Amino acid sequence: MSATTASRDVPGIYHKAGSLRSERRWAMWWAYVSLIVAAIIFLAPPFYMLLTSFKTNAEIADHSLNPWWIRAPTIEHYAAILSNPIFIRFFINSVIVTGCVVVLTMVISVLAAFALARMRFWGSQVLATGVFLTYLVPDTLLFIPLYQIVGGLGLLNSIWGLVLVYPTLTVPFCTWIMIGYFASIPKELDEAALIDGANWMQMLMKIFVPVAMPGIIAATIFAFTVSWAAFVYPTAFVTTAEQMPLTIGVVSQLVRGDTFAWGQIMAGALMAALPPVIIYAFLMDYYIAGLTAGATKG
Amino acid sequence: MAADGSLAVSAASGTGRASSLERFARRRSTIAFLMTLPLLVVVIGLVGYPAAYGIYLSTLNRRMTGFMEGDWLPTGLGNFEILFDSDTFWMVVWQSCIFAISAVLLKALIGFWLAHMLHHIPTKGQRKWRGMLLVPWVIPPALSTLGWWWMFDPSYSSINWILNIFAVPAVPWLGEPWWARASVIIVNVWYGAPFFMIMYLAALKSVPEQLYEAAAIDGATSWQRLRYVTLPMMANIISITVLFSLIVTFANYDIVRVLTNGGPRDLTHVFASYAFQVGILSSNIPRGAAVSLFMFPILAVCAFFVLRGVTRRNKEQM
Repeated sequence: MSATTASRDVPGIYHKAGSLRSERRWAMWWAYVSLIVAAIIFLAPPFYMLLTSFKTNAEIADHSLNPWWIRAPTIEHYAAILSNPIFIRFFINSVIVTGCVVVLTMVISVLAAFALARMRFWGSQVLATGVFLTYLVPDTLLFIPLYQIVGGLGLLNSIWGLVLVYPTLTVPFCTWIMIGYFASIPKELDEAALIDGANWMQMLMKIFVPVAMPGIIAATIFAFTVSWAAFVYPTAFVTTAEQMPLTIGVVSQLVRGDTFAWGQIMAGALMAALPPVIIYAFLMDYYIAGLTAGATKG
Repeated sequence: MAADGSLAVSAASGTGRASSLERFARRRSTIAFLMTLPLLVVVIGLVGYPAAYGIYLSTLNRRMTGFMEGDWLPTGLGNFEILFDSDTFWMVVWQSCIFAISAVLLKALIGFWLAHMLHHIPTKGQRKWRGMLLVPWVIPPALSTLGWWWMFDPSYSSINWILNIFAVPAVPWLGEPWWARASVIIVNVWYGAPFFMIMYLAALKSVPEQLYEAAAIDGATSWQRLRYVTLPMMANIISITVLFSLIVTFANYDIVRVLTNGGPRDLTHVFASYAFQVGILSSNIPRGAAVSLFMFPILAVCAFFVLRGVTRRNKEQM
């Protein structure tokens, strides 16, 4: 009896499988079409910036030409921007600020995350929640009082004022994801370390930091990209060109006058965007782990 | 509170030495406190204190010497009073809400769609596509907006050039209020949609395959699978991502600053750019502080509902 039902069902299954396969093929086709359209739209602006940065001024100004094509590529804009001392100054400022902020952030957040994840103490739960809520406070809510505070410290128009305030952007999130990474380390490891007579600092440096290395890399990348791209604070706090980091430097100093030097602006913007893009290209998996860690662990 | 993990260790190391155990616990909390001290300094000194100081600032008058002159309220709400009477401010409120809601909605839909499409294709190719599609998120927005600004340029717009091929008349991207609003939204969606995509993709990957198999055996259509399996499983990530994006979009500054700088006729200002204009550029710090403080209740309400939903769902799952 079972044999008859089975044989009766066979054509039906085949039919279904066939339609399923064609359905799959359509779905796949459809998926590729939407991905290609999305990729074209997503990559068009950077591509166009790249194109413009290689065009001669005459070609940029010529209305009759196809703007999406290039006839006589030139590197004159890159040469001009790289020999511009103020652009180099912006770059150095950005490197100093970002470097200091990344180091500060990682020290603060690794220490705090270790304490919050492992050493339960009075108020640690509240503090962990507080860190998450701090992360939700946007920079544009605080920049005016911070402007007064930084001004009171005499750090307006100085990269050190930026080093002081950037941790508000990076520390909460980095602490948050480090808590997540540390909490996922099995308790047996620290018990073993304690029995072997390790103190807390040794435990952190010899066990937690190496084991949570992927998390530390992800958090470092996050801190780097955020402080490199920070815009509100430098725009508000720095008005002298010598102390500007790249983002506001390119936006405010290269864009001036009535005739825009589009080629140079685009070359400058692309060079300014290069460090995060390079890091992304080489450490994409860590980058994405850092992005998604906040939500999946939260 | 002190009795977790370490208790077993200390008990094993020496029974009957209550004082050393106590000392150990005390030392541990001291160390823990020292370790969290820098974090506390950042959270309290650079977020908590400025927030309180901002509230105080918003009650002062322009010269910051005292409460607003002619202020009939004893608490110094004169700045808020003036803002409530100003048409520009209400314009800013509307623009911020239109901007944030439509941009987040579009980002969420596009991100969801792309995440699904990425999930469909073979795993081997996913990495490559994901890498390409995340590029807008990686470039610092102030810089990529410069590129958009150039693409929207009134006389050289390369987008209009493409539209002209299809015989569509040139669009005054940044010149006309509604188009300028649309441009700001377009750039924001372009920048933020990849973030949604990556979050949703991570969420989609975390849904156990067995659930879909079970649904397929029960004869669920693809719509039912989406509605009754995928969406409930992703609800937490969706709401956290939407919350995060809502806050960031609502408080957005760089795109508006670079693209329109509030123009034409102050019609594209959002809270942040208006606060900047009033507070820093016109150096009326108290009123600028009052403007940016307006973001707080709106964001707090959103955060409250979203986080309450998340904790409730977490409890249900447990």
